Amino acid sequence: MNIGTRKILDRSFTAVGIGSIIVMAMALMIVVVPIVTNGIGAVFFTGTIEHRKMLFNEFTRGNSENLSSEVASSERYRTNVYKMLSGFEAELETMAPEKKSEYKAKYSQVRMALQGLLGPLPGDSAPMLTRFKYGQTRWEKAEEKLHDLLYESKWDNSNPDVMSKEYFVSRAIGFEGTSLVKLFPYVKNNLEKMLLPEFTFYWGFITDSSVDSHFFGGIWPEIQGTFFLAVGAMLFAFPLGVVAAVYFTEYAKPGFLNSMLRSANSTLAGVPSIVFGMFGLAFFINTLKVSESKSVIAGALTLAIMILPTIIRAAEEAILAVPKTYREASLSLGSTKWNTIATVILPAALPGILTGGVISLGRAAGETAPIIFTAAVSVGSAIGLADVFSSPTPALSWNIYNLASEHEAASQIRHVQYGMVLALVSIVLLLNLSAIVLRARVSKKLKG
Amino acid sequence: MIVDAKEISESAPVQKATREIYLPPERRKITGGDTTHISAKDFSIYYGEFEAVKRVNADILSKYVTAIIGPSGCGKSTFLRAINRMNDLIPSCHTTGALLFDGEDVYGKFTDEVLLRKKVGMVFQKPNPFPKSIFDNIAYGPRLHGVNDKKKLMEIVERSLRKAAIWDEVCDRLDKNALGLSGGQQQRLCVARTLAVEPEVLLLDEPTSALDPKATAKIEDLIQELRGSYTIMIVTHNMQQASRVSDSTMFFYEGVLVEHATTAQLFTNPKDPMTEDYITGRFS
Repeated sequence: MNIGTRKILDRSFTAVGIGSIIVMAMALMIVVVPIVTNGIGAVFFTGTIEHRKMLFNEFTRGNSENLSSEVASSERYRTNVYKMLSGFEAELETMAPEKKSEYKAKYSQVRMALQGLLGPLPGDSAPMLTRFKYGQTRWEKAEEKLHDLLYESKWDNSNPDVMSKEYFVSRAIGFEGTSLVKLFPYVKNNLEKMLLPEFTFYWGFITDSSVDSHFFGGIWPEIQGTFFLAVGAMLFAFPLGVVAAVYFTEYAKPGFLNSMLRSANSTLAGVPSIVFGMFGLAFFINTLKVSESKSVIAGALTLAIMILPTIIRAAEEAILAVPKTYREASLSLGSTKWNTIATVILPAALPGILTGGVISLGRAAGETAPIIFTAAVSVGSAIGLADVFSSPTPALSWNIYNLASEHEAASQIRHVQYGMVLALVSIVLLLNLSAIVLRARVSKKLKG
Repeated sequence: MIVDAKEISESAPVQKATREIYLPPERRKITGGDTTHISAKDFSIYYGEFEAVKRVNADILSKYVTAIIGPSGCGKSTFLRAINRMNDLIPSCHTTGALLFDGEDVYGKFTDEVLLRKKVGMVFQKPNPFPKSIFDNIAYGPRLHGVNDKKKLMEIVERSLRKAAIWDEVCDRLDKNALGLSGGQQQRLCVARTLAVEPEVLLLDEPTSALDPKATAKIEDLIQELRGSYTIMIVTHNMQQASRVSDSTMFFYEGVLVEHATTAQLFTNPKDPMTEDYITGRFS
């Protein structure tokens, strides 16, 4: 191969390498940017007076004097809307029966749109669910709702060969010639005065419990549940894993049983997590009966079984990487085997063991499948430390899945889901970062 | 000071001349240097089927410096490591015959190898301080054997470091990590660490092969200092070093102890032709 070809090959390889890194970075950006921007939207957003009312009523947070003055100024504009509504209702009674039923259907749609925007209207029965007690709490959503009020969505399916298309018809046209026609421009022009949007930093998103299955409030129970599950799993798996690794590397005699155990350990690391979930339900809950039903302890044990192989492997690698000379030096000073392991080998292997541990902790925090049947519930309040043996807990990973797939009004609370994803990603990222820092610190101490 | 065997052969006559300088007559006077400390009787070491050391019979006198020389792979390190049972780390290694330390069989059924290693300290080819502070390195052995009093530990650390001739260099940084020292300092630290457990025998397995000439000289000086206080056995590739530091020398070839004599006799008047060939550099 001549020098020209070699150079061309080298350069093209460099180009391919850089290209693949760029593609990877771009893919990462595509994933991370929406998570971060939308996730931050759960904490920083333009909140309306409805949000402040909700905070005051559900969490007794906020200044009641400020709030009542705000409510009063918003009420001034709202009463006009209410007057228009009652005026139209009176007008409806005087109409001819067929016209009346036609308008009544349209009018109920208008009312529903208004309820979404401003909360319960005068004459409504008191709503049962908290989500209907308040109007729109976020300004960007209020603008969407305003569009719903102003325009009726219709579907054009005149051409059977193509898919139906959505198009919008102004509702005001439908009410031409009635007193209600004034309502639409009025709401459009005065929405800001009725909702009083204002920049909000809702730190409660992290520290509050959720209200009405995540419609309002925060994700503290989920964060706490994730913490309990991950730390609980580590409490079981880390000591067990290190002891097992010490046994494999220091005490086990090479042979058939040993190699079988090792390959079993590797296989265990590759088992899909849902299998661990089913196993946890069958073994810890149904057979061992560690708890009546789902509980944090059952979930933590299941996660522990799942991360155990990884911890064992990491610890084994770390112990094997300790120079043989340390062992020789310690033994030659008249140290026993156990003393050598405890005072020389494990401290020297500590950076590697810790890294493996913290990465496993991150994995335990992020896994969904093992806790579906063993620990997770979709909605719940934060549990105390004493309840971990008996109560299940909400957890970030499971609630993200729940909001994406099973929640009845998932489309209305996307920001909560994004906030949860951001929280989970940040927790895992923080754990991994702390692993790096911890490793650097310990190795620095070892290297001197 | 590390000289290739070939160079030695070329400068062999010069060797004999300079050796007189290195062997002052007062060196032969060692108190208590006439009792047998370690004794091998038909002692063989096997790695699996392979016989690495073959039926060695030797008496090693206490308080003497005994050098073990021989070409690579001749079993000299294996023999040295057998004395404090470091070969136990190799699963396939086993022995026949007897190796007596103070009259007791090292490989006896009831021998406590931990106690044995306390009495028979070892310094390895590559300096291997623990990744701990200098103080903790020296105090490691005494702590293992139950000394926990801080003042007493400090005494032991100072005494050991002084014996190893490194106290002046490290006395102001005892709390610093030992891995920050130079290679030669690390090796002397390892000697100090071994001395801290107060052994009777000091095994040195090519202690200067990883060091530069200046550090080598310091280690050799140190061996001179310790001579007469400990039974010292040193494996070395460097025949000049063997002739400089030792009182008696063992020559191994392919697992067989070819010749064991006083250093003066072995280097000036070897009985076995193979020994002569080796020390004159005809093979290595």
